[in-house]
Amino acid sequence: MVEHYVSLLIQSIFVENLALAFFLGMCTFLAVSKRVETATGLGIAVIVVQTITVPVNNLLYTYILKEGALSWAGWPDSDLSFLGLVSYIGVIAAMVQILEMTLDKYFPKLYNALGIFLPLITVNCAILAGSLFMVERDYNFTESTVFGLGSGIGWALAIMALAAVREKMKYSNCPAGLRGLGITFISVGLIALAFMCFSGIQL
Amino acid sequence: MNAKKVLLNPIIGENPITIQMLGICSALAITTKLETAITMCFAVTFVLILSNLAISLIRNVTPSSIRMIVEMTIIAALVIFVDQTLKAFAYGISKQLSVFVGLIITNCIIMGRAEAFAMKNGPWLSILDGIGNGLGYSFILLTVAFIRELFGSGKLLGYEILPLATDGGWYPANGLLVLAPGAFFIIGFIIWATRTLKPELVEEEN
Repeated sequence: MVEHYVSLLIQSIFVENLALAFFLGMCTFLAVSKRVETATGLGIAVIVVQTITVPVNNLLYTYILKEGALSWAGWPDSDLSFLGLVSYIGVIAAMVQILEMTLDKYFPKLYNALGIFLPLITVNCAILAGSLFMVERDYNFTESTVFGLGSGIGWALAIMALAAVREKMKYSNCPAGLRGLGITFISVGLIALAFMCFSGIQL
Repeated sequence: MNAKKVLLNPIIGENPITIQMLGICSALAITTKLETAITMCFAVTFVLILSNLAISLIRNVTPSSIRMIVEMTIIAALVIFVDQTLKAFAYGISKQLSVFVGLIITNCIIMGRAEAFAMKNGPWLSILDGIGNGLGYSFILLTVAFIRELFGSGKLLGYEILPLATDGGWYPANGLLVLAPGAFFIIGFIIWATRTLKPELVEEEN
């Protein structure tokens, strides 16, 4: 049983990396990867939010939205799954807001370090995709917690790697048209190529 | 601001993907085949036009403190509509697009245009802006999908164009283009090409 979860964790971090294999959260990924420090801050915020929202959305899906899920309330033939998208994004927005208030009250230092990134996470598609993949692959509660944690770590690793590459890129002499965004795309491609050697790993 | 400029500027000069850096995820993920790319273009353009229209209509009565959540709800409702329509009439494509239809909600082009344009302009100009940005997005998406499907698997829209070497033809398929990294390289080169043609877009040296 434990092996199953470890395998899922490894798979969601490396093999099915949200950023490099599924291209999720690319806008933030490219915009906030200029410095390692800020990239690390954002990475940590993503891990935290992802680990909370995926299991919460899993509960929401299992007990309210899924076909026949409302049988505990006396409606055995309900099917609210079409409301999925709007409820997940609502949960994500609410979770981010709550997390922001909690951090502000109890961990002001971490709150200041994360700054603007926390609210930005609401529109990071990696977070919503985590919940959507959870529904599509029918994970149970424990699996979705592990998957949330793993996919968050994977995304954080990817953005930190890219930020480190981009910091060094400042000293390189690349063609004028490629400078900035162009060369960043090509380096992400190379990093993705490197991550592909993890594919097929199973524990 | 004249209508023609609003409509045509986003296609190349202010392209949402290559210049404004918005909505990149889907441009990379669903472009392995032309068919999925075309569906995605229609879905995004549809949502973009209607969300721009709706947000522009209510822009004077929405308090700015809750505008994000209002925009999000409008967009989510439109996306649910698209998602359900695809599931009903094009189930196969909807399965291939998997989570990416739902992810139109967090596609930054839609949110970005709502914030940057529809909040400040009237309904007619907002519709044109939606069409223009939709076209700009589709332009990049279709170019990337065309290159990836033609050279990656020798087909266009599922029809064989270049007979593959594995099936006795002459064209050895370039597997890299079908994989994730291929998309990054192609977009990188498209950006290089646009910036070489329009030198004023080149980024400053830092």
